[in-house]
Amino acid sequence: MTVGVLTFFVFVLAIFLGFELIFKVPSMLHTPLMSGTNAIHGIILVGGILALAGADGVVEQGIGFVAVVLGAANVFGGFMVTDRMLQMFRKKK
Amino acid sequence: MSTPIAFAFLAASVLFIVGIKLLSSPKTARKGNLVAAAGMLIALLATLPLAHASAVNAALIGAGILVGLVIGAVGAYRVKMTAMPQMVALFNGAGGGAAALVAAIDFPAHGTQITLAIPMLFAALVGAVSLSGSLIAFAKLEGHFEKPVTSKVQQFTNAVLLLAIVSGSYILLVFGPRSDTHGLGLLIMLLVLALLFGVSMVLPIGGADMPVVISLLNSFTGLAVAADGFAISNLALIVAGTLVGSSGTLLTLSMCKAMNRPVTNVLFGAFGKASTENVSEIASGGAVKPIQADEAALLLGVARHVVIVPGYGLAVAQAQHQVRQLADELAQRGVEVSFAIHPVAGRMPGHMNVLLAEANVPYEQLVEMEAINPQMSRVDVCLVIGANDVVNPAAHEDKSSPIFGMPIIEAEKAGTVIVLKRSMGKGFAGIENRLFVRDNCRMLFGDARASLQELVTQVKGA
Repeated sequence: MTVGVLTFFVFVLAIFLGFELIFKVPSMLHTPLMSGTNAIHGIILVGGILALAGADGVVEQGIGFVAVVLGAANVFGGFMVTDRMLQMFRKKK
Repeated sequence: MSTPIAFAFLAASVLFIVGIKLLSSPKTARKGNLVAAAGMLIALLATLPLAHASAVNAALIGAGILVGLVIGAVGAYRVKMTAMPQMVALFNGAGGGAAALVAAIDFPAHGTQITLAIPMLFAALVGAVSLSGSLIAFAKLEGHFEKPVTSKVQQFTNAVLLLAIVSGSYILLVFGPRSDTHGLGLLIMLLVLALLFGVSMVLPIGGADMPVVISLLNSFTGLAVAADGFAISNLALIVAGTLVGSSGTLLTLSMCKAMNRPVTNVLFGAFGKASTENVSEIASGGAVKPIQADEAALLLGVARHVVIVPGYGLAVAQAQHQVRQLADELAQRGVEVSFAIHPVAGRMPGHMNVLLAEANVPYEQLVEMEAINPQMSRVDVCLVIGANDVVNPAAHEDKSSPIFGMPIIEAEKAGTVIVLKRSMGKGFAGIENRLFVRDNCRMLFGDARASLQELVTQVKGA
């Protein structure tokens, strides 16, 4: 099996895993869950960093810089806003 | 990729999976978010040795992360609880934009290989749709273009745009990469078309359906990120992006289910389009009966069981603390108080839970719609605060109503219904509410916060 096929294996298994993970979530958690998964796709920041690292010339650097800024806003903002939401679910002592 | 780095990405992927699992239960949700964040930190640290950057590029990376961090932190901490959904939409748009740009940078260099060009193109286009769609969703939730923008050519425009994008992509993949400049020009054109498609896809959808749209765009971004992962062969991107893509799709479907509407209905049948037909106008032709705070307080004070139905109006008025005071005050007098939470009350599912939790309303007092409805006929007073569509009996009675079939909280079955409302405006779906003219319904007009404050004072004094 080539690396490409193995990668595809991982991809298909991840699809099913994603379905399984959030099967039957109470509706009160829909918003935090959406927000939390929103933060997770902020991993695009990794792609942004790698792209900017290899950028050549002002145009590529400019695009790469914007990608890193957007990715970082997605990651950090995403996790923080989710935490702020969930903080409020604390039980009354 | 060296083995230690590969294992670091594997660890990050596992932490994402565990994080999402923990996020789906109320008790462990906060921990789940932190676990996922830890995974992200590991993934970012593992990226550093991979990035062989020149001094300039390294400085740009550092600066970019810092700027993004500040924007994200300021956005996340300064946003009001009511505006949370918009913030999620913005962050999602940012992710989509980043996914599109990452793919666009790599395209000229690696676009000649078809196995790389396909995922790159996919990431660029889907990311662009997610970016512009999220921005429109944000603008809608902020209250710009309140009414769904519909036109008869809407479906036609969307179809043409989609066709243009698909055929353009085909041309680019088959002929484009051979000549550098042509390929790039076509790619830019396709990106513009994708941005336009995102706008025209979301514009006709009503504001009440925005949570569903944001959830859908969230899974779009996930898929774009996964495609980027294929393009730069990074498994962590593939796993994280795919997880978000598939769980986001399921989440979108379960949100639609909570509103009892098929997802196609949300996306293609604009809310309120065929709605404000004269049938419902006539049905609600009766007069509303106002009530003053002192009388309302009296009714509440002598009740045995009071059910409070919160809606978006509560969030807008920031009255969550006042409503808790009222609930506490009533409970002290031996009144049984429960909060009935409609799955889609507010602007997002769970919006009301978050808001009431902020005001320390005990978890046990929150009752879901299915649990409260059978008890409704034994409830003395139902206090509706800034909710409208979720208590509109038209959902049961009026087949021509756009919300027909949506499960509602059956407030009209309570002994007395008291509705706190700013004015006689329509709900988010833009339709009349026949509950307001029922014999057992009284209206307490005014700002929800001021009205509740007045009620608290009156109940205390009684």
